Formats: sequence, structure tokens, C-alpha cells
Amino acid sequence: MNERPPTTVKASAPGDPPAIEVEDLECRYGDTVVLTGVSFAVRAGELFFVIGGSGCGKSTLLRHLVGLQKPARGTVRYSGEDFTAGDLAGRRNLLKTFGVLYQNAALWSSMTLRENVALPLEEYTALNRREREEIVTLKLAQVGLAGYEEFFPSELSGGMRKRAGLARALALDPRIVFFDEPSAGLDPVTSRKLDDLVLQIRETLGTTMVIVSHELASIFALADRVIMLDHDARGIIAEGRPRDLATANDDPRVREFLTRGEGKA
Amino acid sequence: MKVRAMTVEPIPARAEAIADGDDLVVTLGGDWRITGPLPVWRKVRGDRAPCAVRLRTDGLGRWDSSLVRFVHEIGRWCGEAKAACDMAALPETVRRLIGQLEQAEAQSLPADHSQDFLTTVGLAATDVSRQIREFANFVGECTLSAVNLIRRPDRFRWRDCLSEMQQCGAMAVPIVSLSSFLVGLTLAYTGAIILRQFGGDIWVADIVGLSTLREMGAVMTGVVLAGRTGAAFAAQLGNMKANEEIDALETLGIAPVNFLVLPRLVALTLMTPLLTMYANCLGILGGMVVSSTVLSIPPSAYWIETQANIGLSDVSVSLIKSIIFGMLIAVAGCLRGLQAERSAAGVGRAATSAVVTSILLLIVADAIFAVLFNVLGI
Repeated sequence: MNERPPTTVKASAPGDPPAIEVEDLECRYGDTVVLTGVSFAVRAGELFFVIGGSGCGKSTLLRHLVGLQKPARGTVRYSGEDFTAGDLAGRRNLLKTFGVLYQNAALWSSMTLRENVALPLEEYTALNRREREEIVTLKLAQVGLAGYEEFFPSELSGGMRKRAGLARALALDPRIVFFDEPSAGLDPVTSRKLDDLVLQIRETLGTTMVIVSHELASIFALADRVIMLDHDARGIIAEGRPRDLATANDDPRVREFLTRGEGKA
Repeated sequence: MKVRAMTVEPIPARAEAIADGDDLVVTLGGDWRITGPLPVWRKVRGDRAPCAVRLRTDGLGRWDSSLVRFVHEIGRWCGEAKAACDMAALPETVRRLIGQLEQAEAQSLPADHSQDFLTTVGLAATDVSRQIREFANFVGECTLSAVNLIRRPDRFRWRDCLSEMQQCGAMAVPIVSLSSFLVGLTLAYTGAIILRQFGGDIWVADIVGLSTLREMGAVMTGVVLAGRTGAAFAAQLGNMKANEEIDALETLGIAPVNFLVLPRLVALTLMTPLLTMYANCLGILGGMVVSSTVLSIPPSAYWIETQANIGLSDVSVSLIKSIIFGMLIAVAGCLRGLQAERSAAGVGRAATSAVVTSILLLIVADAIFAVLFNVLGI
């Protein structure tokens, strides 16, 4: 269902800058270089996956994209606006245009779901209490948690916590949502439901999604495009559609990863 | 560098109402961003009371939940004012989201965290009895574990115990020094107020010596350790529980009491008497400083007076108290840590509750000692 034209039309309009543009990014911890020379662009409305084996720097890249860590070199731009060099006010302006779903949902444990989802609204909008509560109800309904407003995170299952985390990430209707290992710790059925939810939200709101994952089922089901990182190469070793990479990529590491070692040349 | 590459600046969201006979035609347009400026329905409507509201869109750009919420508010107002509401002209997604919101509002799961007075009192009463039972159980487990330690000392985690001794003993020396010295100083000043009137300045030494040894040394050290070490034990074990580290021990067949609690219990039970003896000395030193500077009593006279009136029984009172205080603080801290809920807030509550429990136990034990020593004539 793609009759939500404004976003999608704008997304594909030529001349519009990409939603995310990373140029020559270098990430390091102290003297250890984790990633270097990383460049890629994500189009608006795209479902973009960052894949790779454990310890290849996927989560590090994500932390740099959302500003939790400062890059040693290079730039990150959102819709053409520089995020890395921006001042505090500029960064805050950009921060409200994206949401992040953390690996363990990272819900604030002393607050109910209503308070969790309402906090970004309190911080960034002029809505009054009742209006905020309506948005919270809508967001929780969108992730299938209607009626759970007064529950504390500890009263929910892992899958429900993830969905509540997604509701919080969507609170400000961000243009971009980042996911850190969304299927980690979920059973296949719950994980599949979360994938469906991701697709549904993209269709409804035209949100750009950047997903860090090594869950093959999700990668093949969702991804428009993937980049694959490698620990030894300290950067991107492949970029493209997952199916093409699995069958037609020259690099055995890429084929091996996407076929769970069965496509080894 | 700021490249404003978004060539199209967002057009502010707008909602305009025009009367059409008895109806009100509301035209929605512009970009609706929840973080941007938004129209307010009350102002758009004014004081008009139409029979029906018809919604139209004209130049509607990007939109998000704020539009859904706005239209939902119109729908609700129409429901209350018994006016018809025509949303047919809106995008299908908006209508679907409104349907979802209405459905969700009708749905509310019971998650009532509030209780009436009687329930609260009842729950508190059962909670007290449960806590006493759990505390007794825990003390029992610790005792069994200590018996095991005597039987199989090679199985004890001496390395953990030594590092805990350093943490709760050696590292606490500065704060114990400062607090006990200042308490000795204060005692001397307070005693001097009365004794000076009778020319009995020298007896300040007896007051400071006796009250430091029999009360203040052990209690002050206990309070400092409850705040410093008891809270640390609770936070440490609570965090381990939240990380499932304690579950990992249990599934390996290792009792958390043997592995985590006993080393801490032994460490604190050994270090508290040492710190208390040290605190006693500094308390007496504090009194001596005041006496020699303010009351002009030479330190030698002060020392002789102290020695003459303080016996071995006073020292043993301090020693016995401090051993028991150390045990109580360790038990309370570890118990609260193991009982912690598996969340950040739970760990915080465990630390608070560890300090409160330790200090409470300390004061109760101190009162029991006072009665006991009085009866025994020590």
C-alpha cells in the first residue's frame, strides 16, 4: 500500500540529497582503528541493512551515525545537513528527526510505557498533556501494544519490550529509524512479527530504516540494499541487494556469510 | 558547514474553517510536523456550533501523527456536539490510523498500581513478616555456609575476601579517621560546657574516653560502613542479578551465598573491629586536641586520666559490638542485593534499602547491647 505519496514522491525526486550520506568515515577506539574509509548513502524511504560477522564494527558504525561517538575523520550528513560538525543546537535539531531502537530496547525502567513514549514528545513538541497521551496511545497501537500504557517495562516480555522501544523511537515520527540487532533475543515468530511491523511502518509513514543485523531471514525479507562490513578489511566489502550478493558476488566472504557457509567456493 | 540542500522549506501546517450554511468546511493543508507549529482546533472552530463538519485537503504536504491527532480531536468534538463529521476526503492512511487510535482508546488493560488504604496496610503487614522470614532464612544460609568454610577452608574464595577487605577496610580509613576525630572533638567541647563550671576540666578525658569506647567509636564506624560498604554490596549483587550472573552461578550448582556473600561477610566482620579500634584511638586524640588547646590540659595529664578510668571491659564492649555490627551490615547489604529487582531502578532501591536496613539493625542491636551490658554489669 503506497498511497502515502508525499514522502515517497519526495524520496524519489531527483536532486534531493540522500537521507543519510556518510563520507570517508573513520571510527576508532583510542589507537585501535575499527573502521576506516567508510562511505555510503541511504535514500529516503529505503530499508537499508548493515551486515557482517560479530565484531566487524556494525554497532560501532551505528553509534557514530547517531552521534553517541565522535568520528576520528569523515562526515555524516542527514538530508544534506552536516551532523558531525554541527553545533549543539544544530545537532539537537537533527536528533529529533531520527529514532533509535536499541538492542535491549533500553526502556527507562522506572517509567511506565506511557511515560517512556511521552518523554520525547515533552522534550520536543508543544503538545499539551492530553494531546501527548493521544499520540502515545496511537504509537502503542501502531506497534500492537494498545492498552499497555500503564505497564512498567519489567512487566512485559522481551518481544513486547522491543515493540515498546520501537513505539518510543517512533514518537516524534522521525524521518529515519535506526535499529540495533532488532531480532536479538527474540524467537523466530516474534522476530518475524517485528519484521512485518517494520515493513508496515515504512509503508504507512515512509520512514527510512537503517538496520544493523546478522539475521539472514530478516535481511532477505526486508532489505532493499545492504552493506557488508568486515573485521579485517576495516570497512565495506560489499554493497547491493542481498540476493545479488548471495549469488553473484566475487568475494567468498560475502557469499559465505549470506549462505551460512554453504555457498563456499 | 551547513548545506541547506532541502530546497523546499516546509510549509506550516494550516487548518481553515469556512461556514457553509449550517455546516463547517475545514480545509487542511501544509506540512504537518509534530515538532513544528500546529493549529489548535478550539481556535479554528471559534465559537461556531455547526450541524456537520466536512474535512477537505488542499495542498497537504508531508504529514505525521500530529495530523491524525488533530482530525481525531475534530471527530471527538463532533461526537460530543452531536454534529456529523465527514472525513471521506482525507487520505485513506489517515482514516485507518484514526480507526486504530479509536480502537486503542477503547482498549485498556488493568494495570492499576494504586491500592486502597486497607490493602496497603495488609500488604505492608504481610511484607514485614515475609521480610523477617527471609532475613532469618538468609542468616541461616550464611551460618551453614560459614560452617562449611570451617570444614573445607580450601574451598573458600580467599582472593575475593582479601580484595573485599581492602575495599571495605583500608579504603575506608580516611573517612573513618575524619569522622571519628571530629566526633571526639565534639564530645570534648560538649563535656567541657558542664565540667568547666565545677572546675572539673580534667574529667573531659573520662567523658571522651568512655563514650568513644562504649558507644561512639563502634556506632560511627558502623554508620560509615553501612553507607559506604553496605550500599556497595547491595548495588554490586543487585547489578549481578540484573545481568543474570547470579542465575549463571546457580545453574552451575554454586550457591551464591558461598561464592558471593561469605567472602564479603568474612571481610567486613574482620575489618569492622579493626576500623573501630582505630576510630577509638582517633576519637580520644580528638578530645586530647581540644583539651590541650582550649582547656589548657597538658596531653600527658589527659592521657593519664584516660588510662586510669578506662578498663579492658570497655575495650571488649567496643570489640564485641563492632564484630556484630560488621556482620549485620554485610548480611543486610548482601540480602538486599540478592533480593533486588532486575532493573536499574531495582538496583537503586536495593542500595537505599541496604543502608536503611543496616542502620536500623545497628541501632536495635546497640540498644540490646546497652541493656545486656547493664544487666551483666560490664
